[in-house]
Amino acid sequence: MMSSYKADSTVPHHQAPEGPLSDKWSKYKASAKLINPANKRKYKVIVVGSGLAGASASATLAELGYQVDCFCYQDSARRAHSIAAQGGINAAKNYQNDGDNVHRLFYDTIKGGDFRSREANVYRLAEISTQIIDQCVAQGVPFAREYGGLLANRSFGGAQVSRTFYAAGQTGQQLLIGAYQALSKEISKGGVTMHPRTEMLDIVKVDGHAKGIISRNLVTGEITRHAADTVILATGGYGNVFFLSTNAMGCNVTAALKAYKKGAYMANPCYTQIHPTCIPVSGDYQSKLTLMSESLRNDGRIWVPKKAEDCGKPAVEIAEEDRDYYLERKYPSFGNLCPRDIASRAAKEVCDEGRGVGASGLGVYLDFADSIARLGEDAIRARYGNLFQMYAKITGEDPYKSPMRIYPAVHYTMGGLWVDYNLMSNVPGLHVLGEANFSDHGANRLGASALMQGLADGYFVIPVTLGNYLADQKPGAVTTEHPEFAKAATENRERIEKILSIQGTRSVDSIHRELGLLMWDNCGMERTKEGLEEALAKIPEIRKSFWEDVRIPGHAGELNKELEKALRVADFIEFADVMCHDALNREESCGGHFRAEHQFTQADPEVQAGTTQEGEAKRRDDDFGYVAAWGYQGEGVQPSLNKEALVFEEVKPSIRSYQ
Amino acid sequence: MAETINVTLKVWKQESTEHKGQIETIKADNIPTSASFLEMLDIVNETLIAEGKDVIHFDHDCREGICGACSLNINGVAHGIEQAVTTCQLHMRSFSNGDTIWIEPFRAKAFPVLKDLMVDRSAMDRVIQAGGFVDIRTGSAVDANSLPIEKELADAAFAAAACIGCGACVAACKNASAMLFVSAKAAHLNNLPQGQAEKKKRVLGMVAQMDAEGFGNCSNQYECEAVCPKEISVDNIAKLNRDYLSSSIKEGVQTI
Repeated sequence: MMSSYKADSTVPHHQAPEGPLSDKWSKYKASAKLINPANKRKYKVIVVGSGLAGASASATLAELGYQVDCFCYQDSARRAHSIAAQGGINAAKNYQNDGDNVHRLFYDTIKGGDFRSREANVYRLAEISTQIIDQCVAQGVPFAREYGGLLANRSFGGAQVSRTFYAAGQTGQQLLIGAYQALSKEISKGGVTMHPRTEMLDIVKVDGHAKGIISRNLVTGEITRHAADTVILATGGYGNVFFLSTNAMGCNVTAALKAYKKGAYMANPCYTQIHPTCIPVSGDYQSKLTLMSESLRNDGRIWVPKKAEDCGKPAVEIAEEDRDYYLERKYPSFGNLCPRDIASRAAKEVCDEGRGVGASGLGVYLDFADSIARLGEDAIRARYGNLFQMYAKITGEDPYKSPMRIYPAVHYTMGGLWVDYNLMSNVPGLHVLGEANFSDHGANRLGASALMQGLADGYFVIPVTLGNYLADQKPGAVTTEHPEFAKAATENRERIEKILSIQGTRSVDSIHRELGLLMWDNCGMERTKEGLEEALAKIPEIRKSFWEDVRIPGHAGELNKELEKALRVADFIEFADVMCHDALNREESCGGHFRAEHQFTQADPEVQAGTTQEGEAKRRDDDFGYVAAWGYQGEGVQPSLNKEALVFEEVKPSIRSYQ
Repeated sequence: MAETINVTLKVWKQESTEHKGQIETIKADNIPTSASFLEMLDIVNETLIAEGKDVIHFDHDCREGICGACSLNINGVAHGIEQAVTTCQLHMRSFSNGDTIWIEPFRAKAFPVLKDLMVDRSAMDRVIQAGGFVDIRTGSAVDANSLPIEKELADAAFAAAACIGCGACVAACKNASAMLFVSAKAAHLNNLPQGQAEKKKRVLGMVAQMDAEGFGNCSNQYECEAVCPKEISVDNIAKLNRDYLSSSIKEGVQTI
């Protein structure tokens, strides 16, 4: 079945140089356009976002001499959500002498992404990974060390080598503080002007190029125009389209959506990562979900009652023969350590059957009783003490005595704005870094790779590639006096006035929850044609409900949190539409995108041959080996589908096997 | 189903920095004990919206205890009575039915109230800008393992670096001193070989900025350590005092 989506243009060339993969980045750097130091200071760069990608880019570009304006919605750059990353950061240092190298990290990443990312970008990421560690250590990032004083490593999902650098369970925090300190250094030197508590409302395009933004001061409500020679978005992912996710409350899609509406392609928005081990929802008041490290699955056994009527009983009262250790049953060779996507879907399945545990019925047990009996409570405490404590704090239950309850939650989004090898979108002058772009993780991201990408983009890629764009631009050619700025400012002011004038009956959160639930049910862990079509039919109703019935207290010219949320939710509603279109169009299963219609069954020769298992994602490389780059066509109008074919010169796409 | 309680909130309401604030009494009924403290405020805000009133404004973001955005004085204690947690990690099961809960912003001269429970903590950013970094240009680093670091030093640096910059230490201090915050950053970097070259400049710069922002002096009450959600040790303050003294002597400036 062929898609009904039409292309409206062609995706620009990806701009990666010709030649062997391993030479591309060197070749690029050798021929990249340069701007002499005296001229750099004439160029103004806007960076939106101050997470790993935004802070590292702002600091490094300012070191080079550019005038940088950095914006974040938080009260301090240090609070960007990169801070919450726990596990670690990958780098092909091979300090363990266990056979790691750049090619291996590249291969693991592209395979982990289910062969849906661009080879050249992923190779460059692996290549740069080693420099990131050097840079961070020089900044004073306190990575874990061995007694000999050298850096420690651990292994992580999807790899057979120990290449993950970490700082206890706060790697993201320490890396972000490193980048924040670099940013602070440049602020003190005058290279960066920081705009905290300031939200980007819109991109301003002049003669087709991104030349500025419109912002709102979140304290005073003032709308301001900012002109620059180029705009960099480092605004993170869109996981909060589901309302409940492990993202921070303020994480939003506004910047990316505004770019999309101004002509930038939205690439692969259906690729979302659902993490299997999170603390479940405890009630309809719940505001966010908390991740519990995946490492718990090493010693915990996952089960639900066999009979739905047992679900209300305390776990300890359910006899062994009445428990269904469903992962061990369904995937005997992997058991509780099966891949993230499989574990997540299996949990959803048993809960959908009515066998979920906890008040909401959306939870499964992660039981340590066997391990405690075998190893003793102290051994378990030594391994997971902090996680057990965190669990106890949130749930008020003692996981040493009764099993934990866990449930999958939205964690990361692989899709994002389309970028070429320069990290520039199809809108000239608009660059996109980190989670906000679609570039490096394909359909699924491996653990400890998000931090790597954010910092690679900010410290090492954009400082080189930005020159290629700026060299052809006359610095300061566009000012806020250009009529496009007045136009954009007026449009955004009117939009705010319109939202405030509705004064209906529904709170922003109630509408956001409704949208989130719809997306979770129909565009979450498992998607079907019917479900996606239903979501596409319902999204306009939610949009209508928002624009006719939302109630925002207060006014525009003040600190108004409900207004901030409303502006973000309005954008999530629009974004949900293109996300569902992408999921509907992609008639295959790959990585985080699972279409129930496309999975391996007993009838498949691959399953019979033992290459893969029943229920595994079934890719369709011949029909879908492309990046889906969606073009905005107007509100309520089906977006256009433009394709970038994925050409694999180095690796051969194969079935992602975990056996 | 979920157990619920009824509590009475005494909440600080203040329209903006320029306005005077006051305590308002708000009923919070049917609050599930499994809700977090901030979720309780979410529930109250939903009710206020339904009643056509303005919401209670408070800072929050990650809601998992790491971003440092949340910042309430709850019954007089920064981040509430539970040990080693931020407000977002505090849950309603810590309260009883019928309780009256006083909720105020973090109070300090250097933290002006922006609205209700939200304060401006940018003074802390300016303290970091005054020297809380290593001046290393991107691209100029040597191989990460070329400089082994004694594990104890690395661990001490890490323990200090765990600070999330929430400002609870300032709010808890009767002098509104930022010494725990400043000393944590100084200890993080001064413990490491990478931080040695700028140690003197860092210590003098950060302390001068701390004073300029209007933070008070430390009088060794250790309220800061008691409320710190990351359990940063007051030993860092002693170390900062030593480093400050030696840096001042080297610099030849007058010490207090």
